[in-house]
Amino acid sequence: MTAATLNPRLQEIADDFNAIPDAERLQLLLEFSEELPPLPERYAEHHDLLEQVPECQSPLFLHVEVDPDAIVHLFFDAPPEAPTTRGFAGILHAGLDGLTADEVLATPGEFSSQLGLRDLVSPLRLRGMAAMLARIKRQIRERRG
Amino acid sequence: MEVRLTVALPQDTTTKFEEYANPHMLVTTEWVAEHIADEGLVVAESDEDVLLYETGHIPGAVKLDWHTELNDPVTRDYVDGAGFARLMSEKGISRDTTLVLYGDRNNWWAAYALWVCALFGHPDLRLMDGGRAKWIAEDRPLITEPPHRPPTDYPVVDRDDKQIRAFRDQVLAHLGQPLIDVRSPGEYTGELLHMPDYPQEGALRGGHIPGAKSVPWSRAAADDATFRTRAELEAIYAGEAGLSPDDDVIVYCRIGERSSHTWFVLHHLLGYPHVRNYDGSWTEWGNTVRVPIARGENP
Repeated sequence: MTAATLNPRLQEIADDFNAIPDAERLQLLLEFSEELPPLPERYAEHHDLLEQVPECQSPLFLHVEVDPDAIVHLFFDAPPEAPTTRGFAGILHAGLDGLTADEVLATPGEFSSQLGLRDLVSPLRLRGMAAMLARIKRQIRERRG
Repeated sequence: MEVRLTVALPQDTTTKFEEYANPHMLVTTEWVAEHIADEGLVVAESDEDVLLYETGHIPGAVKLDWHTELNDPVTRDYVDGAGFARLMSEKGISRDTTLVLYGDRNNWWAAYALWVCALFGHPDLRLMDGGRAKWIAEDRPLITEPPHRPPTDYPVVDRDDKQIRAFRDQVLAHLGQPLIDVRSPGEYTGELLHMPDYPQEGALRGGHIPGAKSVPWSRAAADDATFRTRAELEAIYAGEAGLSPDDDVIVYCRIGERSSHTWFVLHHLLGYPHVRNYDGSWTEWGNTVRVPIARGENP
């Protein structure tokens, strides 16, 4: 296994993106943005528990829970008028939520560059996605102590 | 020279616009709603978020994407005359089309797209005051279905980079004359690049071009995303920043998008004849060897 190996769920997402033409990639990203689950009440009412990701050009907040079995749960909040940012959060949620802490930590930092989106969205935005992943990993390490 | 002036769409005679230098450059949401189906009009949405158009747009509006469509894909430059003609033709825009632009974030990217179209001298360009936010706030319809416009035969017109665009060497020669930095205060002082874990804005050095006054671009917009009144704009740009209409002014930001908005304000709303946008902006200046840089709050 090389460091750049993706977990099967993320790999499937990356394969899906790379199998379709550019215009459909944006559409797929839009689908991920629509599928991002809303915040559960305990966070919607306590937004201060969420960490802002200032690297994203639009407001994005996230929070990570690691349960006693070391399973990671991800929570994101981004406004509907920021569909690209929501789409990135949706990809991370679909690809990482429910995995073990070790599996999430093994996700390569440059994962966002493997989606074939480089020519479609600005580099600054892709860096926003990398920053989300970096903060997720940091929170996992903190939770594990 | 074009002789035939086709049916230009009527000017929006909204009272608020009369006080601006070029009232014909703005239309209201009402005007767009009324004229949306008129022949000779194309409405184009240009957003900071590249997916926003797909979530819903003004019925009939085409998408104009700065990143993938207005830029040259290889060289850091805009498309050339042939590329622009191809793009306009694909979108169903003719040289005599009234092109109305609107977008998210106070029309920030719409103003940028308008400025690029102005480099090619498209004759009838207008911004929808208040942009996407105002249209939505007024509960006007949005649809996800993209329009099907028959392609046109837009002529190849050379880009004119002399009137409203400035390059690095021109900015160097301009030092000592009026410059407006429209970025956020943190970017202006140079502090932002030093924040821990903050992504590089793509520049190795922080700060601003010496002599540049700081007037963040969004100050020109009111809370409802429309432009501030002429009196309010005069107070900011003439009053606070000390500009006068006969000044030769260069505006800049990070890559020239936010400063297009300020260019529009100074040139079309306040009527300053000599305003150029330095699109190289901080991502060029802050990376250039041995150009002077100022740090802190003073120009």
